[in-house]
Amino acid sequence: MNTDAHPVPDYLGEGGHYGRFGGRFSPEALVAALDEVAAAWEEAKSDPAFQAELNTLLAEYTGRPSPLTDARNFSAHCGGARVLLKREDLNHTGSHKINNVLGQALLTKRMGKTRVIAETGAGQHGVATATACALMGLECVIYMGEEDTRRQALNVARMNMLGAEVVPVTIGSRTLKDAVNEAFRDWVANVDTTHYLLGTVAGPHPFPSMVRDLHYVIGAEAREQVLERTGALPDAVAACVGGGSNAIGVFAAFIPDESVRLYGFEAGGDGVGTGRHAASITGGSPGVFQGTRTFVLQDEYGQTVPSHSISAGLDYPAVGPEHAWLADSGRASYAAVTDAAAMEAFRLLCRTEGIIPAIESAHALAGAREIGAELGPDATILVSLSGRGDKDVNTAAAYFGLTGDEGERNR
Amino acid sequence: MTTLQSKLAEARSQGRAALIGYLPAGFPDVESSVRVVQAMVDGGCDVIEVGLPYSDPTMDGPTIQRAAGMALEAGTTPKDVLAVVRATAATGAAALVMSYWNPIERYGVEAFAADMADAGGSGVITPDLIPEEAGPWIAASDAAGLDRIFLVAPSSTDARLKLTCDASRGFVYAASLMGVTGTRAKVSGTAERLVERTREATRDSGLPVCVGLGISNGAQAAEVAAYADGVIVGAGFCQRVLDAPDLESGLDAVRAFAAELGEGVRAAAR
Repeated sequence: MNTDAHPVPDYLGEGGHYGRFGGRFSPEALVAALDEVAAAWEEAKSDPAFQAELNTLLAEYTGRPSPLTDARNFSAHCGGARVLLKREDLNHTGSHKINNVLGQALLTKRMGKTRVIAETGAGQHGVATATACALMGLECVIYMGEEDTRRQALNVARMNMLGAEVVPVTIGSRTLKDAVNEAFRDWVANVDTTHYLLGTVAGPHPFPSMVRDLHYVIGAEAREQVLERTGALPDAVAACVGGGSNAIGVFAAFIPDESVRLYGFEAGGDGVGTGRHAASITGGSPGVFQGTRTFVLQDEYGQTVPSHSISAGLDYPAVGPEHAWLADSGRASYAAVTDAAAMEAFRLLCRTEGIIPAIESAHALAGAREIGAELGPDATILVSLSGRGDKDVNTAAAYFGLTGDEGERNR
Repeated sequence: MTTLQSKLAEARSQGRAALIGYLPAGFPDVESSVRVVQAMVDGGCDVIEVGLPYSDPTMDGPTIQRAAGMALEAGTTPKDVLAVVRATAATGAAALVMSYWNPIERYGVEAFAADMADAGGSGVITPDLIPEEAGPWIAASDAAGLDRIFLVAPSSTDARLKLTCDASRGFVYAASLMGVTGTRAKVSGTAERLVERTREATRDSGLPVCVGLGISNGAQAAEVAAYADGVIVGAGFCQRVLDAPDLESGLDAVRAFAAELGEGVRAAAR
C-alpha cells in the first residue's frame, strides 16, 4: 500500500497558515527549534531511507495496514447505511496515536536529540510516546494534569513500566491544556537535547502539518480499502475531533474527492447550550491558543474556558487549525455529539459488533447514526474507529451503572 | 517621543541603565496593584510593565503564574489593566503593558492600541507574538503612536535578531536565558553574548536593548546594567508581595527591593 505519500494541500500557505488560521504564535526562543523541526521533517519526508524505516515499523511493529470492518449489525442503527470501520483500535498501543509517535521519535533521533517530552490527557498519547521511546532508547518525560493522573492511574503505571517519567502538573486547571503549557516550558529550557513530541494537529507550525502527514496513512489505506471492498468511494467519512489528528488523517486522502462528505464530531458534553462541552468549532470562536490561531473556547476577555467531556481524549478547549479552515471553507462539516449520544453509540457497538470502542471514537459512531439516518440505506459511511475502549472500562461501567450493587443486578 | 523613550534616554544621559519592573495588574487585587506600582516607582523604577493576566501563561514560571492566577481569580479584566496603566502613567513612570496575544486580539487590536494610548501607556510587550504574525499590531501601534517591544532570545539567528529589532520600537527585550520567568541564583552567561549580538542588529537604529529573565538582586542588576540599556525584574517583585504577611509590609519590601535594584543599575561600571 502507498503509505509514504505526504501530499501538501493546496490551501497550506507560507508559515503554516490555513487561510486565516494556523501560523506560529510562539515565543521567539522556540522559533529556532520549530524551524529545525520543520526543516528536518521536510528532509525526512523525501528521504527514502527514512520512509522505509518508518514503513517497516508501521507494518511490523504497529500492525498496519489496519483492517476495514463491515459493521453489518450496527448498520441497522444507522438508517441501514453501510458502515465501514477503519480499525485504528487494532494498532499497537490501541489507537491511531502510534502513527505520529513513531514518525516523530525517528525524527528525534535524526535531529540528534536524546530526550522526548510529551503531554497527555487520558494517557493514550503518553503511552504511545513512552512506547516509542522505549523502542528507540530515548529518555521520556510525560506531562499530565494532576487530575488526569488520578483518573487514569492505570495509564500512569503503563508509562512507568515503559520507562517514562510522568510529571503531574499541579497548576491551572490541572488537565490537558495545562500539561501542554508545562511541556512548552520544559521545551524552551531544554531545547538543545529535547524534542517536544506534540500529540495532535495543533500547536505552532510545523506541528499541524507534520502530524497530519504522519496520520495521512489512515485515510490513504482506508480509501484504497473502501474502493476495493465496494467498488466506489464512500458517500461520507466520519471522525471524532478533539485536537483532530485522527480526523485529519482520515479526511486528508478524501479532500480532493468532492463527492465525499466529511464530518467531524466534536465533544458536546452536556450539550453546547449548557456551556459544559469541548466543541471548539461548534461552540467556540476564533482566537490564538497554544501557538496557533484556531477556534477556541474562550470568554469575552480571551481567557480560555475549561472544556468538559466524558471523553478525556476530546477534552481540549481548541482544535487543530486545518479543521478550522475546513470548517470555514465548508469542505468539512462539524457538529457536536453529547456525552449521552456518544455513550449510546458506545453501548450499541459493544452489543452489536463485539467491539468496545474508545469513548472518543464513539462520538464518530454517534455521528454516523445521524448521517445514516439522513442518507439512507444506499449510503456507505466510513468511520474512523480511532481507538479501543479498554482504557474506558471504568468510565463506561460507572456511566452504565455496572459497578457495585447496580452491577450485580445487571449481571 | 513616548514616555518610555524619554525615560530610556534620561537614564542613558545619566550614564546608567534604566530599571524596569513588572507586576500583573490586579495582583493581589486591582486597587492594591496600583499601590504596589507606586512603591516600585518610589523605590526607583523608571518603567513599569503592567502584566495582563492570562489563563495560559506558557512563558512564565511558578511565581508569576501564581501572581497572575490570583489576579484572574480577583476578576481582573482588560479594562482594569488599562486603569492600572493610567494610574502608572500618573506616577511619572513610563507605563507598558505586557500581554500574551489572545486577550489583545479578543479586545480588538485597534481598540486596544487606541485605549492604551488614551490611558497614557507608552507601548506593549508581546511575548508570544513574532513579527511575522504581527501585521495588524504593527499597523495599530503605528496609528496609535505606541512603542512595540518584541523579544529576542539566545537561540535567535542573526537574521532573526535583525528582523525582530527592525520591527521593534522603544526597546527590544533580550531574554537572558532559554527558559521561563523566575528568579535565578546566577545571571545566565548567555545574556551578555546575546546583547552583543543584538547590538550588531541595532547598530543603525540605536534601539535600546533591555535584558530580562532571572534577575533577582542588586548585584545581578549591576552585572546586567554594565552592558544593557535596561534591567527588567518581575518575579522578585511578585515574590515580595506573596511573602508579605500584609499589604503594608509588602509595599515596604517592594520599595526596598526597587531601591536595591536601583543602586545596582547606578553602581554598574559603564
